Amino acid sequence: MNFDWQPVILSIKLASFTTITLLFVATPIAWWLSRTRVWYKQALAAVVALPLVLPPTVLGFYLLLLLGPDGPVGQLTQSLGLGLLPFTFEGLLVASVFYSLPFAVQPLQNAFESIGQRPLEVAATLRASYWDRFLTVAVPLARPGFLTASVLVFAHTVGEFGVVLMIGGNIPGETKVLSVAVYDHVETLEYPQAHILSAGMIGFSFLVLLALYVVNGRLHRGNHL
Amino acid sequence: MSDGIVARFKTRLGGFSLDVNLQLPGRGVSVLFGHSGSGKTTTLRCIAGLEKVPGELSVNGSVWQDENQFLPVHRRPLAYVFQEASLFPHLSVRRNLEYGYKRVVPEQRIISFDQAVHWLGVKSLLQRTPDRLSGGERQRVAVARALLTSPKVLLMDEPLAALDLRSKNEILPYLEDLHDTLSIPVIYVTHSADEVARLADYLVVMDNGGILTSGSLTETLASLNLPMKMGEEAGVVLEAVVGERDEKWHLARCDFPGGGLWARDLGLPLGHRIRVRVLARDVSLATQALAGTSIQNILPATIEQISNDAHAGLALVRIRIGESPLLARLTKRSVAALNLELGRSIWAQVKSVAVIEKG
Repeated sequence: MNFDWQPVILSIKLASFTTITLLFVATPIAWWLSRTRVWYKQALAAVVALPLVLPPTVLGFYLLLLLGPDGPVGQLTQSLGLGLLPFTFEGLLVASVFYSLPFAVQPLQNAFESIGQRPLEVAATLRASYWDRFLTVAVPLARPGFLTASVLVFAHTVGEFGVVLMIGGNIPGETKVLSVAVYDHVETLEYPQAHILSAGMIGFSFLVLLALYVVNGRLHRGNHL
Repeated sequence: MSDGIVARFKTRLGGFSLDVNLQLPGRGVSVLFGHSGSGKTTTLRCIAGLEKVPGELSVNGSVWQDENQFLPVHRRPLAYVFQEASLFPHLSVRRNLEYGYKRVVPEQRIISFDQAVHWLGVKSLLQRTPDRLSGGERQRVAVARALLTSPKVLLMDEPLAALDLRSKNEILPYLEDLHDTLSIPVIYVTHSADEVARLADYLVVMDNGGILTSGSLTETLASLNLPMKMGEEAGVVLEAVVGERDEKWHLARCDFPGGGLWARDLGLPLGHRIRVRVLARDVSLATQALAGTSIQNILPATIEQISNDAHAGLALVRIRIGESPLLARLTKRSVAALNLELGRSIWAQVKSVAVIEKG
């Protein structure tokens, strides 16, 4: 049996890039949502959570229009000489970031909210400026949230299918990730290959979640004060 | 440049309105005293800049807030001790102490790391994490951490309220010491009359978002609009020295401006500075110096003011012994029967005196 590892490697690459990107994108959003009292806060929180409930095809459809040759983002990328994003790895990355946004924002927001105002006030009276407080108090105290967010985003990205198909298609080495490869194998009745990937995914997902629960349980116990 | 702390804040926060106009001395301990909800903590938070409300604030001549500017908290040279120690749980005691210390430029450091560690007795705790400390230890670390920013003013928000009696008694001597070691003003918020008696030099009594009365400790405690609010704790605190010791009977005479009161001898040397607290309920008045009484302290006094107490049957009488005031709680029937009136000379019988040792 000839087994192709490329989709596995591609999935891991996509998940890693998505996780790193989202930590930078979601942290300020989560921080802002956890601190602000503006009236449209709930509306914004709902927008961030949309990918949780939307069918991936809906998200993929609009992203396709947005990033496509006639969409505003597509025209921008073309004028910048970057070409078009759909059906490339970069396009897939953009779609994944949107798709997994709530999985990063929500744990981070919860973690920031549970810190409360007091430690930041203490830091302010100890001469720490706004960003100093954020980096030396809020981020370290929100560590369980960062861990949860990273793991969830990574695992969720490995598991995505609908958005990939809409935005990335099925180009080997470029956009043919693991979940699409399983679909392909099943379509062509290559059940042994489908088994290897699927069983592997089940094992992997279980281990990831187990690790998350164990580590977070420990962090919570250790942080009691 | 004016000395001391001048603060004016006026605002409405939800259903609560705050309207304070404070002038506090530039050194010593000023206590903001009042019930919960009286606005004392809010006032302290306004001074720190933790609440942004319209007002003016200057500390020893430098303006921290007026119509045109609002210095952010981290730019104000102050230290703040919260009710709960609020140590950073992710840092060791040493790193907690260093947090503020490192953020002050070396030329502006007045208090050295070793000094603060020594004063608050936290040397043996440095390597521990905050969750391995007792309540009293945590609060001592928090005070040391605050002082290590070499502040121009120290703000303390009920630092003992969350502690049990033992931890309280463990940390109070440190606070009393600070009073003498620090040359900076301390603003201390509390609802405990005992802490007022032990720590305050200057007293501000707050009620309902405003200031009821303020002034030096002794005179403020003796101003009759306050004692009504204090119930059983109504009384005065006098600055005194140990003037004579009667070793045979284990008594010591505490001399205050205008007289002396015999109290239990605590073994303090002659000339030692102390405070004596005399509660209004322990003072009775007589028109003649009685013989055949068990009361040791009978002093000549003049009646200065008579006012109603919280209960309709009771009156509060302020008398003066030399320069010093005392309060007596009497029934109104006694006031009438003895024909007490302003300016009359009278004998004050003091049944009990509490001596507070100063650090």
